[in-house]
Amino acid sequence: MDMANYLFEMTMIMPEITLICVGLILLLLDLAVKKKEVIAVVGIAGTLVALYATYKLYIFNQPQNVFAGMFVLDGYSNFFKLIFYINIILTICISLKYMTIEKSSFGEYYALILFATTGMMFMASAADLIILYLGLELMALSTYILAGLIRKQPRSNEAALKYFFLGAFSSAFLLYGISLTYGMTGTTNIKEIAVALQSLNIVDNPIVFLGMIFMIVAFGFKIALAPFHMWAPDVYEGAPTSITAFMSVGPKAAGFAVMGRVLFESFGAMQLQWNSILIPIAVITIAVGSIIALAQTNIKRMLAYSSIAHAGYMLLGIIAGTADGLTSTVNYLMIYMFMNVGAFAVVISLRREGFQGENLEDYMGLAKKHPVTSALMLVFMFSLTGIPPTAGFIGKFYVIMEAVNSGHMYLAIIAVMFSVVSAFFYLRIVMYMYMKDPKEEVTLTSSSSLNFALAVTTAMVIILGVFPSFLLNLVRSSIAG
Amino acid sequence: MSTPQLFFAYFAVMMTGLSLMVVTRKNPVHSVLYMLILFAHIAALYLFLNAEFLAAIQIIIYAGAILVLFLFVIMMLNLRKEETEKRFQKQWPLGIGIGVVLAVFLIMIVGKIAVIAPLGPYSIDAVRSDGHIMTVGKVLYSEFLLPFEIASLILLVAVVGAVVLAKRKIE
Repeated sequence: MDMANYLFEMTMIMPEITLICVGLILLLLDLAVKKKEVIAVVGIAGTLVALYATYKLYIFNQPQNVFAGMFVLDGYSNFFKLIFYINIILTICISLKYMTIEKSSFGEYYALILFATTGMMFMASAADLIILYLGLELMALSTYILAGLIRKQPRSNEAALKYFFLGAFSSAFLLYGISLTYGMTGTTNIKEIAVALQSLNIVDNPIVFLGMIFMIVAFGFKIALAPFHMWAPDVYEGAPTSITAFMSVGPKAAGFAVMGRVLFESFGAMQLQWNSILIPIAVITIAVGSIIALAQTNIKRMLAYSSIAHAGYMLLGIIAGTADGLTSTVNYLMIYMFMNVGAFAVVISLRREGFQGENLEDYMGLAKKHPVTSALMLVFMFSLTGIPPTAGFIGKFYVIMEAVNSGHMYLAIIAVMFSVVSAFFYLRIVMYMYMKDPKEEVTLTSSSSLNFALAVTTAMVIILGVFPSFLLNLVRSSIAG
Repeated sequence: MSTPQLFFAYFAVMMTGLSLMVVTRKNPVHSVLYMLILFAHIAALYLFLNAEFLAAIQIIIYAGAILVLFLFVIMMLNLRKEETEKRFQKQWPLGIGIGVVLAVFLIMIVGKIAVIAPLGPYSIDAVRSDGHIMTVGKVLYSEFLLPFEIASLILLVAVVGAVVLAKRKIE
């Protein structure tokens, strides 16, 4: 490999290198600086530098394959990276005060968020199943640690351990799937698998099908699709709330990124086969998420089931199996990030010394004392339900439309039906806030960074709801390019 | 059945049996010792693939280093209580059921496995002429450079995690 070529390849992974370097700097900075605000600001600044690097790399018309065809830089991966950057910034903003209250504000916390995101970025850019697996492990290992960061809380320890064991189990499935596919096609390159499937004429081979199912199982675990969702409620409840917000967006988006890439690029010829798996999964996921959420009394658990249901809706775009379908899924992911992190930001604002603020009853009569926060929660709950003019409606509208366009009318009907069911538990919070009397006085914790995150998420939920075409066009052109 | 097949069958059956022993033993030390034998069998399978270097690595790193670490940890923790408790949750028949269904499914389609893909450049002769370590080293630093670096990052995260979870004092 000559020097110029080597430098060119290094340029292609500049965003990832930036995040790793900033993560390492944060680890060292933690020794010298006592104020966590400084570390958080450096982390956000580093993320912005990485964002700038991605923006600068957005010049190519063709996908760039580097590192012996293992890493690909294209519009699809770049758009996912944009989601990951915003996710880091919002997470750091909602974490600062909260982690201090939990007495777990370590410098490593911010570094691990950056390392986890680097793993997600490698997943989004993976052109080879080996990179995909390693990126997934990097992301997973960092999030296991983050989930268990509040060491004095048994439920946080439980969350980390449970996530770790089940995550290791799902990694085994992924590796099994990869090895079966490699055994049949002789390659781990995502594009070359598709070529081999055609040239060796093994599209109908059950071993290949089984390999694909195992990979779907592993991705489904990261995305929290039913029946691989068992870990999600416990982990989401036990993990620090800011990390719950981070986990419910980042790994989910990364899981969809790799699922979209592997299914569309490797197994594009097997669409009938993967739909025979994904359609039942989507139906079960939407049903389980919407119905079990009804019975929850802890808001973090409720939002965990809600995130399961949303993953089911997002899956509809993949089931459609077209570029437009994928566009609607990615569009939904972006919207989901804003409304979900926003909702968690409100949950975090209820947490203060000696008060968890995670029971639904804590929201009773919140509107009397805190009208602004209640109004924001109202917007997020409307958006999660999918009521216009919020962005949540746009997200659901497009995935359901794609389901109809691809001839899955019954899926669309099921999705709308469970959407109505989900209105019950989302709007119950609104009802508690506005129509009940407060049980006890709730004082809110507020900080400028938390307010910033709330302002951004609310603004985006409303702007994307009123002017949806901007985001949709951006996604469409990214996926096409 | 030819001799290599016979050997493979022996090692495959033994590995399955030993894995079952690892998960069913009540005494953790016994589990680890069964795992030691299991690793030796895995190393033997590598030898079958003409991958002597990997076989040696398997013995040195897994059996030599990691299992010793396992034993240290088990001795540090007092696991006497573990031995008196029930080994499995009450859902274990369900787990076995799913496992059996999966196994039946695998056995049904195992005949469809076929080596039809074009072989890669690293044939046994090619590896022999260069030497195992040299081939592995060359590939790691050229074709698999990026995965190699990401793997190092994973190790870094593991170290950071161990420090942050174990070293920090709880107030």
